[in-house]
Amino acid sequence: MAPSGQRRSSYSKRAQYNLFTGYIFAGIGALLGAILLGLSFFQPTLFGGPRGMAQDAASPATETVAAARTGSKGLWDAISGYYRAGSKNADLRREMELARIRLKEAEAVRQENVRLKGLLDLQDKDRTPVTVARLIGSSSSSTRRFAYLGAGSDDGVAVGMPVRSPRGVVGRILETGGSSSRVLLLTDRESVLPVRRAGDEVVAFAEGRGDSLLRIKLINLGINPLQPGDMFVTSGAGGYYPPGIAVAIVTEITDDGGLARIVSDPAATDFVAIEPIFEPDAAQGATTPIEEELGD
Amino acid sequence: MERNDPRARSDAYGSRINRSHSPFLANVIPWASIMLASLLPIFAIAAALPMVPPLGFLMLVGWRLVRPGLLPIWAGFPLGLFDDLYSGQPFGFAILLWSVTMLVIEAIELRLPWRAFWQDWFTAGILTVSYLLLGWILSGASPSIPSLVALVPQLILSILLFPILARIVARLDELRLKRWKRV
Repeated sequence: MAPSGQRRSSYSKRAQYNLFTGYIFAGIGALLGAILLGLSFFQPTLFGGPRGMAQDAASPATETVAAARTGSKGLWDAISGYYRAGSKNADLRREMELARIRLKEAEAVRQENVRLKGLLDLQDKDRTPVTVARLIGSSSSSTRRFAYLGAGSDDGVAVGMPVRSPRGVVGRILETGGSSSRVLLLTDRESVLPVRRAGDEVVAFAEGRGDSLLRIKLINLGINPLQPGDMFVTSGAGGYYPPGIAVAIVTEITDDGGLARIVSDPAATDFVAIEPIFEPDAAQGATTPIEEELGD
Repeated sequence: MERNDPRARSDAYGSRINRSHSPFLANVIPWASIMLASLLPIFAIAAALPMVPPLGFLMLVGWRLVRPGLLPIWAGFPLGLFDDLYSGQPFGFAILLWSVTMLVIEAIELRLPWRAFWQDWFTAGILTVSYLLLGWILSGASPSIPSLVALVPQLILSILLFPILARIVARLDELRLKRWKRV
């Protein structure tokens, strides 16, 4: 490509000054950027306002695209469902018979649970979600893992609320705009979640690694009791998430815990429920915010 | 009498008689296309890895390298500000890096005024790799090795995407200078 002649300085003072001012502006721009970047490192929520407004402005378009995407995915599922329909049907029937038996057992357990809780004078509050909304977008080109949600502070969404899909935990609200909000996904590097193994009391932290896996860090070090296939659920510690929601399944064992795959992949999630913070007092009282790393 | 070729009086931008460029399109298309490219990644599905190339940045580099002298050297500030609103990186990241990118390309152009496309691709590749690596370091989260490994597909995709984007920029440039207006 031939060089453009615009840079060649002429005898025209005006042209020379224009060129010079351009460089000055570019330098000032870079400097301002550096200052803003430094500010947002110390105060990550400082620019949440303009970002929220920008998200709100884009949300009609992103919402439409998200709806179309899930629609087309559903169509593809319907087509692929016909493939090997017979053998699948037989499998499903077998599975359903087993599930019916388990359901009866679970009912018995539930009754016993109610009885025991009655003995202990514990009260179960009915937890209704604040709102149900679609995941409408994501920060797909950044190394941070955020998703955008089609509901904001107008729908009662507040910072810190847990976001869950029918399968399990998706993340929690990080910033809210009027009609959209930003979700910190579990796989983000800043996400830490207190979990326990389903079925016993092995407690751990599930940290995002930024590459679709979670790192399970056991709190009690010693003989590593984990097995591939172990399911981890929220423990309720920290006060943000209610206990007993599915989080991840262990796929690999490491020295201090394991690597786990999330149960509720946000890519496969359509609608999510935003729930109120489980124990606001506990969440307030916790001196360490959940996004900060807890020990090493 | 023989008729002349009907396209004899036109060039790639349309008829040269009785038509002129639209100043609005000529000025708006570069900026609008870069802003649209910054916006596009948020439409993608919330995948577990960062897979979508930084389209806004690639578009900026594309316009700057394919059409030198078109974007003013300070263009990195306003365009980066818009990108920061949507990219998910800490605010100020794109403002800083896009401004620096414009200055770096300016310096490269002073050194190597005559370039072939593969040299431009090389420049864009180096800039993209440094942009993504700096994005990994300055993301506001502590950098970890697994997330660096997770960056590799995005890196490769971004480098391979540049020639296509350069073509798109060339087509947009043709559109930009099309003679629409009847004089």
